[in-house]
Amino acid sequence: MVHGRSSGCLINFKKFGAKVISLGTLYESRMSYKNRHVISMKDFSRKEIDYILDTAEKLEPVARGEERSRLLDGKIVALLFFEPSTRTRLSFEVAAQRLGGQVLNLGSVEASSVMKGENLADTIRVISKYADLIVLRHPLDGSARMAAEFASVPIINGGDGSVHHPTQTFLDLYTIRRESHLDDLRIAMAGDLKYGRTVHSLCHALSLYGTEMTFVSPPELKMPSEIVRDLQKNKISIKETDSLEEIIGDIDVLYMTRVQRERFPDPEEYEKVKNKLKITGDLLKNADPNLKILHPLPRVNEISPEVDATPHARYFQQAFYGVPIRMALLALAMGVIE
Amino acid sequence: MKEKRDLKVQAIERGTVIDHIKAGQALNVLRILGISSAFRATISFVMNAPGGKGKKDVVKIEGKELNVEELNRIALIAPKATINIIRDYEVVQKNSVALPSYVEGVVRCINSNCISNSNEPIKSKFSVLQSEEEGVTLHCLYCEHVISEDLAENLL
Repeated sequence: MVHGRSSGCLINFKKFGAKVISLGTLYESRMSYKNRHVISMKDFSRKEIDYILDTAEKLEPVARGEERSRLLDGKIVALLFFEPSTRTRLSFEVAAQRLGGQVLNLGSVEASSVMKGENLADTIRVISKYADLIVLRHPLDGSARMAAEFASVPIINGGDGSVHHPTQTFLDLYTIRRESHLDDLRIAMAGDLKYGRTVHSLCHALSLYGTEMTFVSPPELKMPSEIVRDLQKNKISIKETDSLEEIIGDIDVLYMTRVQRERFPDPEEYEKVKNKLKITGDLLKNADPNLKILHPLPRVNEISPEVDATPHARYFQQAFYGVPIRMALLALAMGVIE
Repeated sequence: MKEKRDLKVQAIERGTVIDHIKAGQALNVLRILGISSAFRATISFVMNAPGGKGKKDVVKIEGKELNVEELNRIALIAPKATINIIRDYEVVQKNSVALPSYVEGVVRCINSNCISNSNEPIKSKFSVLQSEEEGVTLHCLYCEHVISEDLAENLL
């Protein structure tokens, strides 16, 4: 199912008779998306990411409902969501329907064959026979990669455990490109940088663009050292701090994430951190006028409501961009756009 | 011909002798080769034997010549091991183990939330990397977790 690539590692896989699953290290110059799985950002080169973002931009008028499209006419997209995620599920549903495709929903897990003890591999083999593409969200790490081994149609990973959520990263990159710029970008990521898969995946993807990165978090929730080390190996300039005030004037994009109460055994400690990492109108007085604030949502109280009305706030627009980006991925993987 | 004298002591007619195993790892070598009580060939091993470069373990498998893929797995836990193929009491082939670039169904992923630790019909799959800073590391191809120590503890 994986096309358009050649890799030293893959050759060894073949030698040992293993089914080839992508590591995404080297790519041939010819890009191919048809029947390609979307599992991890690491499977995509910068050139491929750019092409997907270009495609999303072309589809934006359709995503807004200004133009009509029948690109996915006669195609069926199965949404297999083994854990709740309203936003991701709805935006995939909208993306498929805006392109004229039909959606098959798993419905509640409780009422499905999963409760009878069916494993994911069998579920995927069966649904592959019903649908033209499967969007999978599953609580176990690596489940999407495994699903790709058993599927006879493309799999798009809608979030697997705590590892990957590539369509979120694609939409974050798309938002940055549309609302700011990807070249020579100065970004700060703030909040829970230790456990947040969104920021881990985003900083890997941004490293392909040579972005200057600042990580803002309390010491307990710092970016894992192995990620910082990997970025530094790729010659990415990195700064770490615990104060938003210190850096607010020097960045183009502020990517905010939620700090979860359950990460702190001491409630007092949580309150202290929560108040320190908060975007308020006051804080923004020192910001670059072109600063854009993004957030994967849902937010709790890390961005004050008064910020919503400022031109800095782009998080609701960001949520909309999930639709054109998912349209692009659906259309490319099903081969209706080359 | 020191090695010939060594092997005469061990005296196997045909089979495989795995020498220079890091002391204490002989049982793990048997595990990594998938040798259990169901294995019919005669197996003998020496642990903590004095050698020229300190103590070592040695494993002898009679009547069976193991293939390269099986043997290279040993490099995960005993990178300095040597493999002697014996025919008619003579060493006909002597090789060092080479670290494989990929292993399947040999090690358990340490991430308890990894799909390879569930009841799915799959084997664990790792790419094997070696660097000066981190030594040998296994990278799970499903969940991308990295195992850098206690490989022997996580053998399947």
